[in-house]
Amino acid sequence: MARKKKKVPGLNQSSTADISFILLIFFLITTSMDTDMGLSRRLPQPPDKDQEDTQIDVKERNVLNVRLNAAGQLMCNHDIIDVRELRDRAKEFIKNENNSPTLPEKHEKVIDLLGRCYVTDKHVISVQTDRGTPYTIYFQVQNELVAAYNEVRDELSKEKFGRMYERLTDEQKVAIRAYYPQKISEAEPKNYGGN
Amino acid sequence: MPEMNTSSLPDLIFTILFFFMMVTTMREVTLKVKFTVPQGTELEKLEKKSVVSFIYVGPPTDQLRAQMGSSTRIQLNDRYAEPREVMDFVAAERKGMKNQAEQIISIKADKNTQMGIITDIKEVLRKSWALRINYSATHRQ
Repeated sequence: MARKKKKVPGLNQSSTADISFILLIFFLITTSMDTDMGLSRRLPQPPDKDQEDTQIDVKERNVLNVRLNAAGQLMCNHDIIDVRELRDRAKEFIKNENNSPTLPEKHEKVIDLLGRCYVTDKHVISVQTDRGTPYTIYFQVQNELVAAYNEVRDELSKEKFGRMYERLTDEQKVAIRAYYPQKISEAEPKNYGGN
Repeated sequence: MPEMNTSSLPDLIFTILFFFMMVTTMREVTLKVKFTVPQGTELEKLEKKSVVSFIYVGPPTDQLRAQMGSSTRIQLNDRYAEPREVMDFVAAERKGMKNQAEQIISIKADKNTQMGIITDIKEVLRKSWALRINYSATHRQ
């Protein structure tokens, strides 16, 4: 009487490949692979409502005025320059190596890990745009200014810690940032004419 | 002639499928504006996709130009918007986020946009306390 055990028929799997192909194609179409890159900036906090417009006095030597007009021309303090020159101008301004009286004043400051230093932490780079300035010019200016900061920070990191800024520990980064704080201020846009 | 054994084909395809699901991100919006982002050298990668919201700025795409004209527009989600609407957009985006303090707004703007419209957006972003922004760009060789 013992019947042989019935064999369970296998599921027909020949179409699984097609089904997964369809899924694959669906994902290929609906997704994108591009990685998003960009220049990260931080906006200043919004002004308090009851805060009056207090004009903070900044000495003229501490300010680097970068102005952009509607034609995309760049003026740095009193000279019209090319965007490519801006990086060196900014670096010279931030560092003030020779303690020149026309560049930002230096203060004595004690920084962890670096000790007593003379830093130009009162400096401000002020970027003023016109409403008609092309975005790309503004972006190049921001890019050059960030590049200038990155370069001076890298130079200092190499000198003090023997490594690039990117590869420092968090405490070392804080020290370098205290030495060269990033101070880019953006004034309200003006109509300089040109339209 | 013996037939090829295709029993492992589905597994292979599934592996490719999973690979693509990992490395890609869902395209969230259909673009209604055309833009070419500027080029820069000091760029950073946007690592955490979950805290990033995008604002697109540029002229309408070719198909929509007939209706919308060719002046620069702002696109939020799937529609055109005015600068002041950015505030609601930021608030809505922030609601869905876990760590709201880390919110990043990425501005994808066409390089020929005039700064006026960008400044307007930035002012509104400041007022809505979305202070971390990112100007989208590509690497310059």
